[in-house]
Amino acid sequence: MTTLPVASVVVPKRTFALDARAIKIVVQRDLIRTFQDRTRFISQLIQPVLFLFVLGSGLSSLTGSATGPIDLRTFMFPGVLATSTLFTAMFSAMSIVWDREFGFLREMLVAPVRRSSIILGKALGGATIATAQAVIVMVLGAFVHVPYTFGLVLTLLAEVFLLSFTLTAFGLAIVARITQVQTVMGLMQMLLLPLSFLSGALYPLSNLPTWLSIVVRFNPLTYAVHPVRTAVFAHLTLPDTVRQRLNPPLTWFGWDVPTWMQLGLVAVMGIGLMLVAIRQFQRVE
Amino acid sequence: MSAVEVRGLKKSYGEIEAVKGVDFDVQPGETFGFLGPNGAGKSTTIKILCTLAKASGGSASVAGFDVTSQRDQVRRHIGLVFQDTTLDNYLTAELNLRFHAELYGMPRESVAPRLEQVLKMVGLWDRKDSKVITFSGGMKRRLEIARGLMHSPRVLFLDEPTVGLDPQTRASIWQYIHELRQQEEITIFLTTHYMDEAEQCDRIAIMDHGLLVALDTPAALKASVGTDRVTIRTSDDEEALKRLPDAIQTGDGIVLNVEDGEGYVPKLFAELGVPITNVSISKPSLDDVFLSYTGRTIRDSEVNPGMPAFFAAMRR
Ligand SMILES: Nc1ncnc2c1ncn2[C@@H]1O[C@H](COP(=O)(O)OP(=O)(O)OP(=O)(O)O)[C@@H](O)[C@H]1O
Ligand SMILES: [Mg+2]
Repeated sequence: MTTLPVASVVVPKRTFALDARAIKIVVQRDLIRTFQDRTRFISQLIQPVLFLFVLGSGLSSLTGSATGPIDLRTFMFPGVLATSTLFTAMFSAMSIVWDREFGFLREMLVAPVRRSSIILGKALGGATIATAQAVIVMVLGAFVHVPYTFGLVLTLLAEVFLLSFTLTAFGLAIVARITQVQTVMGLMQMLLLPLSFLSGALYPLSNLPTWLSIVVRFNPLTYAVHPVRTAVFAHLTLPDTVRQRLNPPLTWFGWDVPTWMQLGLVAVMGIGLMLVAIRQFQRVE
Repeated sequence: MSAVEVRGLKKSYGEIEAVKGVDFDVQPGETFGFLGPNGAGKSTTIKILCTLAKASGGSASVAGFDVTSQRDQVRRHIGLVFQDTTLDNYLTAELNLRFHAELYGMPRESVAPRLEQVLKMVGLWDRKDSKVITFSGGMKRRLEIARGLMHSPRVLFLDEPTVGLDPQTRASIWQYIHELRQQEEITIFLTTHYMDEAEQCDRIAIMDHGLLVALDTPAALKASVGTDRVTIRTSDDEEALKRLPDAIQTGDGIVLNVEDGEGYVPKLFAELGVPITNVSISKPSLDDVFLSYTGRTIRDSEVNPGMPAFFAAMRR
């Protein structure tokens, strides 16, 4: 052991650059942790594979020509993409409960940066991981006849990034006050499947029973699934009747909600949920 | 302006009143020792001061900023080593320190050399690429301290920093703290169960059951106890305790505080009526101060982490 020269006392300046550095390192840590833990990363890919190739292929034999000229799995792809984003983003947000249980959260919460920077870093980290995962799911999409063009790939990536940011923010707002990993596991189980089943991710929004069509319209995920599906369908050549049945417009009391507005809604929710999450963490013990 | 100013501070967790209204000031440049048995409320006070917990009553400021209304400002002026581990087990030692350096906005060019220096001080340089999860308890503690000392804040909180460390490591950490105190205007707020560490402090506060029971310089505190301490072991402690109403039972034996120890012992042998097997006399130390204010020795309060009441009951 050697003697250490004394570090002089420094009070960090309150600058944007310092907060930017904090955000960046929080994101980096999430990335390092995720890609180190390959088991988790791979296990989160199993679900989309199951949905697309097992459930999709199996159901195809049942639905037969119900999806008209297009493969049921092509139809399912946008939903599978959104669902896997949901899972990855929420699990990312959940990691903050582990951080709390193992103490590391304190190291972040006492740092000389705004709490909002830490939370923003977490949300951006979750969004980055979920988007990276989506790239792989999109590769799977090529096997189920998703008609990729450069433009479609960019559109999907942008939409997934937006969605995953909002979902991570949603996850953070929910788990902010939870102190035990046990609790959060149960809570996620309670939330994740209902959220994806009630979003129109796995079925078209046409001809739904009234109660379901109402619930679906209250589910935020719906407004993310629909633009993704619309983007994919824009690249398919289909008879209008099939298009109407499989990708009907998303309406409020008969009014077509435009895609930009749906995405805007997701963005506004993302910002709102971020603010909630930040508030929660400002009061946190 | 005080470095730390605490007024009527209270904190309850549901039914439990962890801190019941304490007042004190810590001057800039001071090394302030915070002593007390397990569960006294020391860590809780620190948590409030570093903005991690909200006070239930009273007020506090650090470096002139209010810990409730100016949290961001407070955090820019403090640094901490927590009692419980706050490392990321799945990152390497080096990455843990790098993370810290970024969060605390250390100048980029100074990070690499400083990282090497602090890791060498705690003897972990050759393990810098190992994940923390592969470290022993003491190694984690050393890394935690190394991280806390990477930069110097205005007010440094150390919550039982050296607990469980080997003597050489403790010595080199204290050596560093001494140099830090000499060269920089830094306020150190320290909790400890080690007497030799408490001796290093400019002033000491003793906390018990959420209240401050004493606050002064080590010398003044020792003088205030003022008496010699006679420790005896007997063949029948229970009977001896009955005959000595002022005595206190501790892990070392039965303790009596008397004015003149050398004169008292012969009388005790003659009059107690219970065979005494061992006797020692000591002049007041901080341990005695602690004992007289809290009813426990510092060692007692340390060897029974978490379960003092249980062990105390066993002993009776
Ligand atoms: N998060 C919490 N929830 C409920 N009670 C708590 C919590 N944190 C602390 N306490 C209680 O507050 C009291 C004071 O605890 P604190 O950790 O401040 O003690 P301490 O003086 O630091 O003790 P030690 O020497 O063991 O570190 C204890 O009775 C403890 O049980
Ligand atoms: Mg403590």
